[in-house]
Amino acid sequence: MYILSALLAGLVFGFGLIVSGMANPAKVLGFLDLAGRWDPSLALVMAGAVGLGFVAFGLAGRRSRSLLGTAMHLPTTRHIDRRLVLGSLVFGVGWGVAGFCPGPALVALGMGQAKALVFVLAMVAGMGIFHVIEARRSRTG
Amino acid sequence: MIDWAHFTPWQALLGGVLIGAAAGLFALVNGRIAGISGILGGLFRPVAGDTGWRLAFLLGLVAAPLVYGLVAALPALQVDAGYGSLVAAGLLVGIGTRYGAGCTSGHGVCGMARLSPRSVVATLCFMGTGFATVFVLRHWFNI
Repeated sequence: MYILSALLAGLVFGFGLIVSGMANPAKVLGFLDLAGRWDPSLALVMAGAVGLGFVAFGLAGRRSRSLLGTAMHLPTTRHIDRRLVLGSLVFGVGWGVAGFCPGPALVALGMGQAKALVFVLAMVAGMGIFHVIEARRSRTG
Repeated sequence: MIDWAHFTPWQALLGGVLIGAAAGLFALVNGRIAGISGILGGLFRPVAGDTGWRLAFLLGLVAAPLVYGLVAALPALQVDAGYGSLVAAGLLVGIGTRYGAGCTSGHGVCGMARLSPRSVVATLCFMGTGFATVFVLRHWFNI
């Protein structure tokens, strides 16, 4: 059940990315291009998602167990540090270069886009580099 | 200047509501954050019993267009970036989202909906460099 609901969540999330047009990098870049011909669509995607999410996360935050009876794994970290800021700044540069972020890239991969495959492989490699660096750091430091 | 020809307010809102519903239900039913970079990145340090749901969520994302295509026509995608740019962008997104502990879904949607100060800061950071990068590439270098 836990795995089935995860599959469904991924599926509906993917539908949302398709319907909203966010699986299309050209549309995302149209939003990020404030100085050009600006397409505000992404702001409305965020508004719809955050609006509904606000209600759902409000309910989820008060629960000590999930609806399936498993432990809640919602983040509790509140510390704003250099890693968070620098990492997010770097992510934004990559996002601006191609118009892909992780979710839409996986949906575009499912559409059979060769360019999405190249992006996803590079992204996975980037995550691998992070884990190698972190594993080394934790061994030495 | 708003690009009225490409602005799709209703589809954007509807798609956003679907994303919010998926993320909200995932939090309630599974007790987890629907953050794509975190779900994918967590596979690098596999823990018994912790990989199945990750693979299932990712499979759902990749399979979404296949299922969607059975009912409606899939929208066309336009990827202007060349292969070199895609490799550079992928590496930056992979490393950046892991150090930043989240991407547009984890911080931008879930974290903002939870009013998490960390996610607000992260979202401002990646939106900021996203805007700046496109500005520099399109208006300085005409790419």
